[in-house]
Amino acid sequence: MLNIVNKSPLDRNTLQTCLDAGTGGAILLIEDGVYAATRGNAFESKLKAVQGNYKLFALGPDLDARGVGDRVSDGVTVVDYAGFVDLVTEYKTCQSWL
Amino acid sequence: MKLAILVNEGPYTHQASDSAYQFTKAALARGHEIFRVFFYHDGVNNATRLTTPPQDDRNIINRWSKLAEEHKLDMVVCVAAAQRRGIVDEGEAKRNGKDATNLAPGFRISGLGQLIEAGIQADRTVVFGD
Amino acid sequence: MTTKKFMFVNRKAPYGTVYALESLEVVLIGAAFEQDVSLAFLDDGVYQLKKGHQTKGIEMKGFEKTYGALDDYDVNKLYVDEESLAARGLTADDLCVPVEVMSRAAIGKLMEEQDVLLSF
Repeated sequence: MLNIVNKSPLDRNTLQTCLDAGTGGAILLIEDGVYAATRGNAFESKLKAVQGNYKLFALGPDLDARGVGDRVSDGVTVVDYAGFVDLVTEYKTCQSWL
Repeated sequence: MKLAILVNEGPYTHQASDSAYQFTKAALARGHEIFRVFFYHDGVNNATRLTTPPQDDRNIINRWSKLAEEHKLDMVVCVAAAQRRGIVDEGEAKRNGKDATNLAPGFRISGLGQLIEAGIQADRTVVFGD
Repeated sequence: MTTKKFMFVNRKAPYGTVYALESLEVVLIGAAFEQDVSLAFLDDGVYQLKKGHQTKGIEMKGFEKTYGALDDYDVNKLYVDEESLAARGLTADDLCVPVEVMSRAAIGKLMEEQDVLLSF
């Protein structure tokens, strides 16, 4: 399953709930969710801890818009909107954790 | 692949409609079919033709209308959500005794069944919201 | 018509925002289309099911009764996250309808089995 998260983990528990439900597959961080993918943020270690279970992606245009495109954590793959589309087609279902 | 898109938020306050638009454009460029874009909750506000954003800002509504025209998109606004929020076409204006309409080109007002049908017919349903 | 597994994922409390109410409206339509419908309640979504809503004072339509009516539409798969209940000082006895209380991981597994996941 593709998990789509659009909230900063420092503001909402959305990403935490997504991780707790633990479906595996992939997590794509978009909109304010991309802050989770930045070096040195307080949630970084939690995301690192699940790298064995999930493929981690962040949307490049959202990273760039927020001035954090140059501080993406290791292990997170940056994709563009076409890559977002490919992820949706690659996995059988997607869950937007709103 | 056949894709359905659900937009739950209105324009400008949340990024949801922008993200949905960029996703839809990219999916079309990738050769996928967009079965339907469905607008629900405040998402129905993406369908008012009366918005006038500043000139240096994007026009979210016109952008959807243009994409619909170019790709013959089926863009459906939920009738119950639209009635609550004052999104009106001619049929709705007549039915509910309203003195104006504001539905932008390329959108149509219909029931929630259209969302379920999209979920059934499409290979993937992608939700954009808050 | 094709039958698909639709799961509605509810993570938001009622009344403060419209999502819970308008989500229920989609659930009923999904049932009318004879789809395999289930509902999951996590985080503040569990507050939707807290019994005893009295909305007179806020002049909003209460919709607690609609949850009770879901069974009439053959919607009887309501899954509630145990951890979310506990974190809010609630148990299944506090809820307005019978539900299946399960772990987050179990709900996650059910999500994997769906064809369409709708969240609002």
